[in-house]
Formats: sequence, structure tokens, C-alpha cells
Amino acid sequence: MESEQLYSRGYCRTGYSSYNSITSASSDEELLDSAGATMDFHTTEDDNLLDGDAASSPGSNYVMSNGGGVASSSTHLLDFLEEPIPGVGTYDDFHTIDWVREKCKDRERHRKINSKKKDSPWEFSKSLYDAWSGWLVVTLTGLASGALAGLIDIAADWLNDLKEGVCLSAMWFNHEQCCWTSNETTFAERDKCPQWKSWAELILGQAEGPGSYIMNYFMYIYWALSFAFLAVCLVKVFAPYACGSGIPEIKTILSGFIIRGYLGKWTLLIKTVTLVLAVASGLSLGKEGPLVHVACCCGNIFSYLFPKYSKNEAKKREVLSAASAAGVSVAFGAPIGGVLFSLEEVSYYFPLKTLWRSFFAALVAAFVLRSINPFGNSRLVLFYVEYHTPWYLFELLPFILLGVFGGLWGAFFIRANIAWCRRRKSTRFGKYPVLEVILVAAVTAVVAFPNPYTRKNTSELIKELFTDCGPLESSQLCQYRSQMNGSKAFSETPSRPAAPGVYAAMWQLCLALLFKIVITIFTFGLKVPSGLFIPSMAIGAIAGRIVGIAMEQLAYYHHDWFIFKEWCEVGADCITPGLYAMVGAAACLGGVTRMTVSLVVIVFELTGGLEYIVPLMAAVMTSKWVGDAFGRAGIYESHIRLNGYPFLDAKEEFTHTTLAREVMRPRRSDPPLAVLTQDDLSVEELQAVISETSYNGFPVIVSKESQRLVGFALRRDITIAIENARRKQEGIVLASRVYFTQHAPTLPADSPRPLKLRSILDMSPFTVTDHTPMEIVVDIFRKLGLRQCLVTHNGRLLGIITKKDILRHMAQMANQDPESIMFN
Amino acid sequence: MSWWKGSGFSVMTLIPIIIILEAVVLSESKNFQDVRCKCICPPYRNFSGHIYNRNVSQKDCNCLHVVEPMPVPGHDVEAYCLLCECKYEERSSNTIKVTIIIYLSVVGGLLLYMLFLLLVDPLIRKRDLYTQPLHNEEEAEELPSQVDRSNTMLERVEGAQQRWKKQVQEQRKTVFDRHKMLS
Repeated sequence: MESEQLYSRGYCRTGYSSYNSITSASSDEELLDSAGATMDFHTTEDDNLLDGDAASSPGSNYVMSNGGGVASSSTHLLDFLEEPIPGVGTYDDFHTIDWVREKCKDRERHRKINSKKKDSPWEFSKSLYDAWSGWLVVTLTGLASGALAGLIDIAADWLNDLKEGVCLSAMWFNHEQCCWTSNETTFAERDKCPQWKSWAELILGQAEGPGSYIMNYFMYIYWALSFAFLAVCLVKVFAPYACGSGIPEIKTILSGFIIRGYLGKWTLLIKTVTLVLAVASGLSLGKEGPLVHVACCCGNIFSYLFPKYSKNEAKKREVLSAASAAGVSVAFGAPIGGVLFSLEEVSYYFPLKTLWRSFFAALVAAFVLRSINPFGNSRLVLFYVEYHTPWYLFELLPFILLGVFGGLWGAFFIRANIAWCRRRKSTRFGKYPVLEVILVAAVTAVVAFPNPYTRKNTSELIKELFTDCGPLESSQLCQYRSQMNGSKAFSETPSRPAAPGVYAAMWQLCLALLFKIVITIFTFGLKVPSGLFIPSMAIGAIAGRIVGIAMEQLAYYHHDWFIFKEWCEVGADCITPGLYAMVGAAACLGGVTRMTVSLVVIVFELTGGLEYIVPLMAAVMTSKWVGDAFGRAGIYESHIRLNGYPFLDAKEEFTHTTLAREVMRPRRSDPPLAVLTQDDLSVEELQAVISETSYNGFPVIVSKESQRLVGFALRRDITIAIENARRKQEGIVLASRVYFTQHAPTLPADSPRPLKLRSILDMSPFTVTDHTPMEIVVDIFRKLGLRQCLVTHNGRLLGIITKKDILRHMAQMANQDPESIMFN
Repeated sequence: MSWWKGSGFSVMTLIPIIIILEAVVLSESKNFQDVRCKCICPPYRNFSGHIYNRNVSQKDCNCLHVVEPMPVPGHDVEAYCLLCECKYEERSSNTIKVTIIIYLSVVGGLLLYMLFLLLVDPLIRKRDLYTQPLHNEEEAEELPSQVDRSNTMLERVEGAQQRWKKQVQEQRKTVFDRHKMLS
């Protein structure tokens, strides 16, 4: 065991140290970007199954290079270390993982399985299982997230319609399904059928009149409040981690942070259940972000079935990346968009292998959701649209204007929401989460009911705004004058003057826009599951539709203007207001999240129209530029910063000219670095060092005089190892000598038996010299995913830089409070 | 109460159950009410718009088969039918039914368990207040080694519940009191 570990450390080290000269792209195949990974994906584990020679040769290599003299002298001591100490190599809650160490561990495990696989058919099948477990776990994750998304969609629709009334013939149908087979629906009122009873009809027995309106109003508020109350109670009692959108936390977890229980079973259960309640309560929130969290929970839970993933935090994060792709895939019905979302927005480390697995997980999840068919339209989302009308070059101008609006809204929203959340975090006001949810839900319900555009489900609103006015549409938005006359010429002249219905819809939409803008700021961050995609899209869609109708009327009344003359003749259908709504939705979502590629692909997959990519790209890019002008961080990064998560953003550049010496600990005024010497500490002294300090790891040096570095030992590992040794090995007392060397030091004859801790020592800690520029150090931390790095001067140990130090330094350089970085 | 506490386990079992149920439901023969051909005909001349809804097979889903009685005289049928849009749609009412029932029973179960935790549990705890501290020490002792002393099912479940409660308590402190996360 130990010898193998030794070897692997050595092996790994060659990889890293050559990384220092950044030019060699293949030095660490997995952490560099995908270009490097394409070259050597043949050597990654799945493909390694067939070439056993490559795997067995390192073992023989080791025997030759290190000689055989080591093992024989201390075999009886090694016996205790044959089995790894349970718990060593795991992490505490709220700690950062060491990607390098995890990957070394995985390679070593893989090498072991590969070397054994020729021994017996059993071992061979075990290695096969191991190689396939990656695909199995993403398949299971895809299946589960697809099924859960179907459940959430169906239940949320039903519960949402429960606010209006109930289907008497079959309780479990929502409004649309209730009237599905009915022949009593009319062209003007498509959703009326005798089976569906509003609450006023049931309680008062009358469907019309002020009394029934008030009754319906009252019941709407009553249901909204009870759903919201139930949701926040369940969250508070069973799983507090289920609140919020979850994407900032998942980003942080994927960057290598441990939050125990965040992706657990209870979180999954409660998030699924309360998400439905929260959506149905009519709060201005969506289910898309939380679905990513739900999918990640599934990924985490299923990874416990496979030792390859359950025991290795770095490998587990590959599954989580794939799971988040599956989550977006089912949230928007956009499998490719989901993969790109995982790549662009949430993932930190994304090799090609993970790309394929994400692709597969997204595919499985979308397939399952499609076969459940939750909306009864054979589509994956409610607001699927299909246009075929062309757009004209001049229209890019309003599209870009919509992009500007999206960027402004995004910047405004981020500022306002962060200010509000900071208030919630730091003042007494945050002490009443249940009351806050109830209040916001009450305000939302009271204000939303009178306006038909805010009363309905936000997804349905988006659907209506996206849908273009054909002769088949009967909504208020499509009441154009020519159609009302019933003249037969309407189909030939789709461009037409607006009727009072459209004007009424306009000011209702304006009010809805204002209301949504205000209430969303207060809703995001409530202690219920709350996503941001749908409200942002709704705001953009409303704005876009207003602009679209304005453009349409402009073109109708001024068709002789030179800009319209070319392509907008009288009677020609030249402006599609639905397309404007879609572009606006993309622009607003882009302004809030600052996504680009994945957003365009998601929206494009929603519409299935290739010709609208350019307008979408123009709007999204503009909104990103405008938004970035007011602050570079998107909403998720802002929330990460607000909460002080240790997230080292790979997108940000570090341009300051500081040196490693200025960042490292200890500072000049601090006490000297807490170090361990390799062979002259007793167990008691070691325990004293551990209990007196709160550091998470200690450098091990040769002696206090020489200060030369041997390795690095983690606090948790030391504690576990001592505990384990005192329980299992005899003769270990407080006075026992602790040594990290290969051989026990020479001791007086009557001294107690020494304790060997070499197995927990990291023999290849990453070191830089004190004059290394911080740009390089930051780059190393980002690309290798280090947790800490030791600083030397002339070969002597000088200090240590941790990820937290770097984050604090970056915050300081950006004139922020460095103490805002909370965790280790 | 005992079967509820490992509700973690219930999630693990719930997901496969959902998948299996939906697979079963989907494979069942289509309910005759689960297909429809819906034709929307816009206003034409003096006839107002109308929606026709019939249960026909996919290949018969067109205006001529579905629109009955035809409102326009014979020579206008073709023009009228060109305007109509017919869509064949399928749904699975069983899936919807099963999903809603599963969802409601889960919510009901959680609600009952919540009430139990908030109302009944404190009463039980109060009764064995004297044995409580002793029990706690014992637990703290055996936690690291996972000794199989508490081998009866009920005790193990009890221990799991206590550990889970402690975790949730910790989470609640992080999120609601200290506002360290998720605000």
C-alpha cells in the first residue's frame, strides 16, 4: 500500500512540476482545457480497459527505481498500514477539496484495478463495472431527473389551477386537461367548459357578477398564502438547504467546496415538493434553477452506488456537471442548451469525457420527460413556439434596443437584489423568514389577481406573449380591427390596425411589467425554492411584445417611410411581435445571468427556427455588454460574493503585480508558521499543536534549524490517524514519538513504541518561491484546483498560501472587504 | 413513526417507484379519452369561429372528418377547410392521476411528520427527560466506532433520526440564524 502510494506521488509530481513551465500543454491532461484532453483521451480510464501492458509496467518500474530494501526491514509496522485508515482523505464540512490529491487518488485506484484485472474473471468483471459506472450513473441521473421534472411539471400545473377552481369530473386534472375532451368550448372562450368549476361557482353558485369576483379573489389569495406557508414551513422544518435557486451553491460546490447535506436526500425530497408549492403559490419565481439543483441531488445520490464516485470528490463533481446539464435539459426542453449551460455557467472543470456524459445525461432526461409528456403538447416545455416568418435587416435596431433594455434591467436587478439580500443577511429583518414569505406572497396575490397577465402562471404568460397572432388566435392581444369586422379579407392582410382590445392589453402589459420588475427583486432570495429564469424571461417577453406591437403599428401607419418601404408593403406581414417577445426574453435573461452561447442555444431550441439566431445573438451580446458596463458579475457570481463562498472564478483575470511573498501567511507581524518536524515530536506535542491552532494543515520539515520541507499533513488526517492508532495499535501512549520518515528514529531503549504517520503525509506538496508573481500563483490555483501551496525561499520553508488567502487578496485588490470571504 | 424517519430511504425508493409506475402507465393501452383531434376553424364569412373536438385516429385527423356538421354549403367546404387547423394530440390521464396521487400522498406524509415533530415529539421527549442525558453520552461514545451495540432495528432507527435531527438543526442555524449561506 505504502509503496504504491509513494510511487504514485512521485508520478504525480512529475506531472505538476512540469506544469510550472506552462508551455507543455499535456502535462496535466485533465485540468487543462479540452484541447489538451482530446489528445490523450485514449489514456483516460474508460478506454484503458483493453491495454493491460501499460498498466502493469509502472509497477515494475517502481521496483527497479526504488529498490527492494525498503519493505523488508519494517514489514510488521507496515501491516497496520495495509488497510487505509478509514476517514483519511475525506473532508470536513465547508472545506475546500484538493483536486490534485483527489485525482492522484483516482489514478492510483484505477491503476490498482487495472493491474488486478487479469487475475480472475471476477476481477475482470469488476474492472468492467468500474469502467462502465460513469455511464451508468449518468443514465440513472438522467432517468431520475426526467421523472422528477415530469412530476414537478404536472403537479405544479394542477396545483396552480387549484387556485382558480377544480375539475369536478376528475379531481386530478388541471384546467386545460379538464376541458380536453369537452365539446362545449367555443372559439372565443377556449378554456370554459362545464366540468371545470371556479370556486365562486362551487361556493356561491354563480359564475358572474361582483360577488363571484370577490369570492374568486379571496380564494386565490387564500390558496396562494397557504401554498407559500406550507412551502416555507417544510423548508424550515426538514431541509433549510432546499431554499433559493441553488445555482450559486452548485457553482461553488463544483469548483471544489464541500457543503454536507446540500445535495442530500432530504434536500431532494423537500426541494421537489416545495418547488411545486412555491410555483403554484403564484410568487414571481420559476422552477428552472431549482431543477438544476434537483438534478444535482439525483446525481449525488446515485453516485453513492458506485465506489469510484462516492469516494472521490473530484470524480463526483464530474457526475454533478453532467447532472446540471440534465437539469437544464428538462427545465427548458433544450438538451444541447443544457450541456452548454453546464459548460459555460456552472462547471469549473469540464474535460471532454464529462462533455459526452453531460450530453448523454441530457439526452436521457429529455427522453424520459418527453415520454411522460407533462403538458400534453408532445413538447418538453409549455412555451414551445414555432415561427416561419422572416425578419429584416432593419429590425436589428429594435432587437439591439431590446438588448440594451435587457442589460439595463439585469444590472439594475443585480444591484437591487443584492442590496436587499444584504439587508436580509445583516439586519434583524432576516430573523423572520416565514413572515417575509407570507408577506411577499400576499402582496403578489393581491396585486396579481386583477391583471389577467399577472394572474396566470408565468409560463403561460410567456407562451401567450411568444405566440404570434394568426387567424386562429383569440386572445386579447390579437384583437385587430380587421378581424373584428369579420371581413373575409383578414387572412390576406395580417398587418392591421390595432383594435381597443390590443390597446387595453398594452396598458395591462405595462402594469404587469412594472409589477414583475418590482416584485422579482423581493422574491429572489426568499426562503423557498426560487428560480430566476422564468421571471426574467417574462419581463423581457412583456417588454419585447410591447416593442413589437409598437413597431407593427408604426409600420402600418407609416408604411411609406423609407425604412418600411422596401419590405413592408401594405398588407404584407412584416413584423412578428412574438419574435420581439422572444428576443426580449433572451436579452433580459442574458442581462441577469450574463450567459451568451448557452442562452442563445436554449432559446433557439425552444423555437426551432434557425433563422432567428442572429437577432438573438445580437440582443444577447448587447445585453451582456451593457450589463458588464455596470458591473461584471452576473447574479450568481454576485450571490457567491455576497455569501463569501470560496469560489475562484476562472473567467476573471488577475492583473496585479504582487508577489507570492506579500500574500503568504504568516505576515510579518504574525507568529511564525505552525510546522511539524519529521521525527522529534511526541504524540502529546503533536496534539498540543493541533489543539492550539486552527489551521487545516501543517507543513512537515526536516528540523527547526534547517527549515527544509518534507511534505504536508492535513489536520483532519492527523487527528484521525492518531485516534485510529491509539485504538488499534498497542503501546502508543502520549509520550510516543511521531515520525514521518521512512525509518523510525533511533530512540532510547525504554521509550514507548513510536508512531509512524508517513502514510498520511503528502510528499509532493506544491511549492513556489517567494518571488513568484501572483498572476502565476492564481493561475496555478485555478487550473490545478489546489487547496494550498507552500512558499519557499532558498529551499527553506517560508510560508503558505491557501485558496482563502488568494480570494482575500483578490477582494482586497478590488477594494472590497477581505473579511467577506467566510469559509476555508 | 419508525418507517418514516429514514425518509431519506423513501426518496431512494420513490424515484424508482415513480419511474416504474410511469412506465407501467405509459405501456398501458391508451385510454379512449386520451387522444383527440382538435380542429380550430377561424371565422369565415358569416360563420363565427368554432372548435371541433373528436376522438379519431391520427390518419383521419383532418377537417373533413372532424368538422361535423359542416357549417358551410358544399361548394365552400374546401375554402373553409383550408383555414382550419387540425392537431392530433395525445395525453396520458393515468400518468397525471398517478402523479397527483403520489405528490399529494408525499405532501400529506410530510405534513403529518412535521406535525408529529412539532407537537407530539416534544411531549414524548419530556417524559423520558431523565434517561435522555445518559443516552446521549452513550451515543457520543459509540459514534466513531459504529459499535453494533444498538442492534435492534428500533434503536438504530432512533439513532439515525437523532443524527438527522442534529444535521437539520445545524443547517437551520447556518441558513436562518447566522445567515452564512443562501441569503
